[in-house]
Amino acid sequence: MVWFKRKKAPVAPVEKKTVQMPEGVWTKCKNCQEIIYAKEIERNLNVCPKCDYHFRVSARERIDLVLDEGSFVEMDAAVRSVDFLDFKDSKKYKDRIKAAVKKAGDGDAVICGSGLLDGLPVMVAVFDFSFMGGSMGSVVGEKITRAIEKGLEAKAPVIIFSSSGGARMQESILSLMQMAKTSAALAKLKAAGIPFVSVLTDPTTGGVTASFAMLGDINMAEPRALIGFAGPRVIEQTIRQTLPEGFQRSEYLLEHGMVDMIVPRQEMKARLSQVLRIFTKS
Amino acid sequence: MKQFLDFEKPLADLQAKISELKDFSTERVDFTGDIKKLEKKADKLRKDIFSNLSRWQRTQLARHADRPYTLDYVDHIFTDWFEVHGDRNFRDDPALVCGFARFDGQPCCVIGHQKGRNTKQKVHRNFGMPNPEGYRKALRVMQMAEQFGLPIFTFVDTPGAFPGIGAEERGQAEAIARNLREMAMLKVPVIVTVTGEGGSGGALAIAVGNRVMMMEHSVYAVISPEGCAAILWSDGAKGPQAAEALKLTAPDVDSLDCVIDDVIPEPLGGAHCDHKAAAATLKSYLKKHLDELMAMTADELIEQRYDRFRKMTRISE
Repeated sequence: MVWFKRKKAPVAPVEKKTVQMPEGVWTKCKNCQEIIYAKEIERNLNVCPKCDYHFRVSARERIDLVLDEGSFVEMDAAVRSVDFLDFKDSKKYKDRIKAAVKKAGDGDAVICGSGLLDGLPVMVAVFDFSFMGGSMGSVVGEKITRAIEKGLEAKAPVIIFSSSGGARMQESILSLMQMAKTSAALAKLKAAGIPFVSVLTDPTTGGVTASFAMLGDINMAEPRALIGFAGPRVIEQTIRQTLPEGFQRSEYLLEHGMVDMIVPRQEMKARLSQVLRIFTKS
Repeated sequence: MKQFLDFEKPLADLQAKISELKDFSTERVDFTGDIKKLEKKADKLRKDIFSNLSRWQRTQLARHADRPYTLDYVDHIFTDWFEVHGDRNFRDDPALVCGFARFDGQPCCVIGHQKGRNTKQKVHRNFGMPNPEGYRKALRVMQMAEQFGLPIFTFVDTPGAFPGIGAEERGQAEAIARNLREMAMLKVPVIVTVTGEGGSGGALAIAVGNRVMMMEHSVYAVISPEGCAAILWSDGAKGPQAAEALKLTAPDVDSLDCVIDDVIPEPLGGAHCDHKAAAATLKSYLKKHLDELMAMTADELIEQRYDRFRKMTRISE
């Protein structure tokens, strides 16, 4: 026996309302999942206003964040990668370079030049992760080495902002050699008593971490950046264990003595200026 | 027991047959003719196999279980060897051996990756994958060599630096990076030989030399073929394809004209067939380079080493 009967027909499901929303007005924070007005994040230097998550920023944006307005003079902008091994996976390396240059508008994964930081002349090299994962091939290694040599010549401190998946596989052995080349240039800089600050941003792994990025007189990291030698997936596959919470994040590296300080993006310029002024006579 | 790779198998079978015939031979039964014929056939087969090796086959040879390791070369090339242990901070790393010895009477420093042959040794040596303390030990010993003005020989044979939690905690990246920087400034000759696998940063961390050479069947690349395949094709089993793409063999690397100085020929069939002969050839190359470098001043050595790596670039401007 049925006690209650549904008299009305079931309500027809509401037709899916389509809201006209232009792309990119709202952004979901990867960390706190909060939906935030994109302009607000941008105003906050690409840091989530709710949870302080640091979004990745392009090389050009970062240069604007730390150097005095209009002071940046780019070097070696025309240098381009060459596919000397005829490397091919699902795509030819040649085509990958072309596509990346077209997308980024820049020649490779690092932008180098001179500029002023609170009036102090400095050499900077800034990675762009969006260019082939910030990978280091001949061009990246060469541009960074030239920036260091220029710093040596001009007696100007060198700052490198890293964000890279490591050495670029498509240039095989020569990518590996960039690690030795850049580190050797830093050896000369050190011998000359010129400061080098390495700023590690999300993510910095592989051959970049295992060369200049860990060699700063001061190593700074942005909050919660992934920093390591082997990628977390490789380690998990090797040891077949899940990794501890917060493994290879900036805070973990600070705790283990691998970085000197964690510097939020909003304080980066002031902190760089403070540090460099201690180490340079002016 | 000897171990054979797939492509060595036909040759191994033939050789087994030859030795069987030799065993059967008595004064009355003479197989000399047959043996000679088979030996001729074996020689031809060996030449055929080894003149057409694919890059993947060469990679397998570089990893051959019977290949001479650092301590084997030490036995054959050096005298008065004593090993030193530990980084003075954490522990001794058996994956990287360091010590001092004499090379034709000349006191010197020897550093190299070390793999194991049986399971127990392999685990003990961590498959030739050093932890940070291994690289720190190497640096300590290299700086000691500098202190006493001794030339340094390094032998590279590692799949790569160990990717583990402890290694990350103790700064694997920092240890490698520091070696790259400090080796650039060493005031003594540094002669590097890639004897087997030159696996990425884990290899380079003892390979910043005035001279860098590769054994004929060694490989040297930025990543292992399996690792490369896992990233580019999401399939670690595509190692053979990745090996082709990475161009990681000694002749490949040599063709770049800036990374290595010499490809050291191995006995036909590979160094694992005749450790003694392989070591003898290697020694003659080491001697040649050592003589050249011993004539240079400390500043010249540093400058030459810097220029060597400075030139490693392929770009368009």
